Amino acid sequence: MKQRSPALSRLFNGFVFLFLYLPIVVLIIFSFNDSKSRTVWSGFSFHWYTELFHDEEILSAFSTTLTVSVLASVIATIVGTAAAIGFFSMKRRPRNLLMAINNIPMTNADIITGVSLMLLFVFTGNLLGFSLGFGTLLVAHITFNIPYVVLAVMPKLRQLDPNLGEAAMDLGATPWQAFWKVLMPELRPGIFNGLLIAFTLSIDDFVISYFTAGSEVSTLAMQIYAMTRKRISPEVNALSTILFLTVLILLIIVNLREVRQQQAKDRQIRALHKDAAK
Amino acid sequence: MKKIAAICLALLMLLPLAACGQKEENVVNVYNWGEYIDESIFDDFEAQTGIRVNYKTFASNEMLYSSLKSGGSSYDVIIPSDYMIARMIDEDMLLPLDFSQIPNMANLDEQYLHLEYDPQQLYTVPYMWGVTGIIYNTTMVNHPITSWMDLFNTDLTGQVLMFDNPRDAIGIALKALGYSFNTTNEEEISQAADLLIQQKEKGLVQAYVMDQIFDKMINNEAAIGTYYAGDYLTMSEENPDLAFCIPSEGSNLFVDAMCVPTCCENYDNAMAFINFMCQDDIVLRNCEEIGYSTPSATALEAMDPEMSENPVAYPSSDVLNTSETYGGLPSSTLNFYDHEWIRICLAKVKVH
Amino acid sequence: MKTKTPAIPYVVWMAIFVVIPLFLIVVFAFTNFDGHFTLENFSNIDVFLQVFGNSLWLAFIATVICLLIAYPFAYLLAQEGPVFRKIAMLFIMLPMWMNFLLRTYAWMSILENNGFLNQFLGLLGIGPVHLINTDAAVVLGMVYNFLPFMILPIFSVIEKLDNRYIEAAQDLGANRRETFRRVVFPLSLPGVLSGVMMVFIPSISTFAISKLLGGGMSFLLGDLIEMQFLGSAYNPHLGSAISLMMLLLVVIAMLIMNRFGEGEEGAVIM
Repeated sequence: MKQRSPALSRLFNGFVFLFLYLPIVVLIIFSFNDSKSRTVWSGFSFHWYTELFHDEEILSAFSTTLTVSVLASVIATIVGTAAAIGFFSMKRRPRNLLMAINNIPMTNADIITGVSLMLLFVFTGNLLGFSLGFGTLLVAHITFNIPYVVLAVMPKLRQLDPNLGEAAMDLGATPWQAFWKVLMPELRPGIFNGLLIAFTLSIDDFVISYFTAGSEVSTLAMQIYAMTRKRISPEVNALSTILFLTVLILLIIVNLREVRQQQAKDRQIRALHKDAAK
Repeated sequence: MKKIAAICLALLMLLPLAACGQKEENVVNVYNWGEYIDESIFDDFEAQTGIRVNYKTFASNEMLYSSLKSGGSSYDVIIPSDYMIARMIDEDMLLPLDFSQIPNMANLDEQYLHLEYDPQQLYTVPYMWGVTGIIYNTTMVNHPITSWMDLFNTDLTGQVLMFDNPRDAIGIALKALGYSFNTTNEEEISQAADLLIQQKEKGLVQAYVMDQIFDKMINNEAAIGTYYAGDYLTMSEENPDLAFCIPSEGSNLFVDAMCVPTCCENYDNAMAFINFMCQDDIVLRNCEEIGYSTPSATALEAMDPEMSENPVAYPSSDVLNTSETYGGLPSSTLNFYDHEWIRICLAKVKVH
Repeated sequence: MKTKTPAIPYVVWMAIFVVIPLFLIVVFAFTNFDGHFTLENFSNIDVFLQVFGNSLWLAFIATVICLLIAYPFAYLLAQEGPVFRKIAMLFIMLPMWMNFLLRTYAWMSILENNGFLNQFLGLLGIGPVHLINTDAAVVLGMVYNFLPFMILPIFSVIEKLDNRYIEAAQDLGANRRETFRRVVFPLSLPGVLSGVMMVFIPSISTFAISKLLGGGMSFLLGDLIEMQFLGSAYNPHLGSAISLMMLLLVVIAMLIMNRFGEGEEGAVIM
């Protein structure tokens, strides 16, 4: 497709990036502010970072968030992948029905998922004697993560050559070997995507955690929300800066790895060509 | 093979339930208003008793109520206000206290015991008391403030901060119209709601707030608002331009008291904490930090006169006589309050 | 490999944690505190229609704005080189990895009366703009938070558009505008619909954004529901009734979307 006016389009896209990043930049700048103000600059200081690292509530909320996100995304990926495989083997009618139910947590508003799960947990909690806590939080996260995993794996299943499994078993593989060594590698990109999406959603979630975590545990998002209902300390800014830098560094590392892998592949291909040419 | 895998999966999914039952050793779970304690006392408590304090805050009595009613929460000590305590006693949500474990209660002034909300003094130990009033920024408000009506009949567009809970907000409007805080007359309550709605529609209100008011008044974001006397004292330390007014119609005299909800899991630790909070040195530290008024007679005696004679923190009896406490309300009135509160929340600024 | 058993754990899971909770909502919606069947939770509909209307309106505006920004952005970006595209996409997604509450909180500092924006305008001599705690601030918050969700699916689809369609159209004599209108845009619709759903539904049900940026002056559906469960007017039955109505709204919106699009698992996941 030909470009009409690259300058204009770059300008527009530039403004969009500016819009997206301006608030983050403001957050980061004021995390170094000497005074408590979030809007008036009075000098450079690391004060809020030290405050942050002494704030037990935020630190424990952060660890809870990480733990829940990792656990939920891993469990969701395992269960979701298995489910996708199972669904794929079903006839159209039952599969469509189950996929429709699968889509409910995805398309439902977060608040309805959160409220409905809270009703369930409190109802059964009164009967069985447990209260809202880490367990219910984890279950809730798994519940809204699995549909995304299923949706990420299904397309890969559809792309699979249906004869691959058969071919492997003809060549002497057991069904388990056929699955693990032949099919899984094909599914891996979808599974990995699912894992990534699940993890991102868990980290970012606020509403569902708000209704299902109860009083004993708190996620980072819940903690931040609670802080905005009171006097706001620029600790929040410090927290934002750290999160932002962490994600940025992670992304850079992941992409550097990909670039290096790509370069290695290219080198291999060139070497092969050279050999072939000899 | 597939069956084994399916069983493994099922077991894996039971993992979260196992995590449900994790409880900490020797802890007391306290649920209190925000900005309502000197948090450094928790270390002292742990040093004295070996009990760790797990401290959470709520924004208003109604949210505390919702939190307890929706179930799933387990607090050991809660610190609501008088009218909410009355309601909770009525609905069997509180456990009677074991006063043999609270000897420090003897420090408290008799006049704060056996009040309307807990006439037999079975469920509560008073923590702090105070009055509500109007807080305003003298550099942004150029006329004298004397009445609750000054919040409604003003030209300070977009500068007024109101209470974000139904009892206080509707209460102020009731007082401005000359009615009692405890009226059950639905006509009067409706009129109060209408006054609040008009205030919103005229664009006077900047926001409905609770503790967010601190930042707003200190940073000159809003010119005038209403909140509790103790918080005014805290705010004025950081912004000397602020002034406080106890309106002529009379304000609300409130008592916040410590009590134990039925979901309590560490009863003895709760008793120990309540007793600790009545210790003179702890009372003084809390008062110093939050600016509210103590019901403890012994602490008052030991208090710095600059504080104990402060007319905002300890108003004269003339002023106190004009103020009214919230009483419990019958459930039909409470339902009506909820209904009117939703009506108020839905009101929007009418564009001129 | 044809085997249905791996799906069994999940089917059980769905039954317990997806179907039963929704069933509980229905039960709560049609009962009162005494546990009797009642329709009283639905009786105050006229009051709540106001909230519905307001939430619908703000969500609609937010969605339209997102679309107007995201579509040109995605289209223009798709024309850049592959490395640039990849890096740009990463930077679009980066804010999503920071918690959305933090992103919303950032706007508080900017929009306040003495905030960043008004300080900047003050330098230019323009009077303070009263933006915080208004509907406009809430819409701004919605657009800011959900824009990447609109950009991603649209970009995904446009990027993968087969160039041959465009070349064919041009070979057949279509100019740029016609090519866009009759080839590119219709083919990009699945992405557009995906994006619209991913912005509209969170927008209509949010309460965090309206609490942080609306300050009680912009009261939305999400606020109303939250108020009945953990807020200042406890009534889970009323809350469930309103949730049920919101559920219906979402289902209707999805059915309308499906009319326009292909329906299927059309959510375009990266």
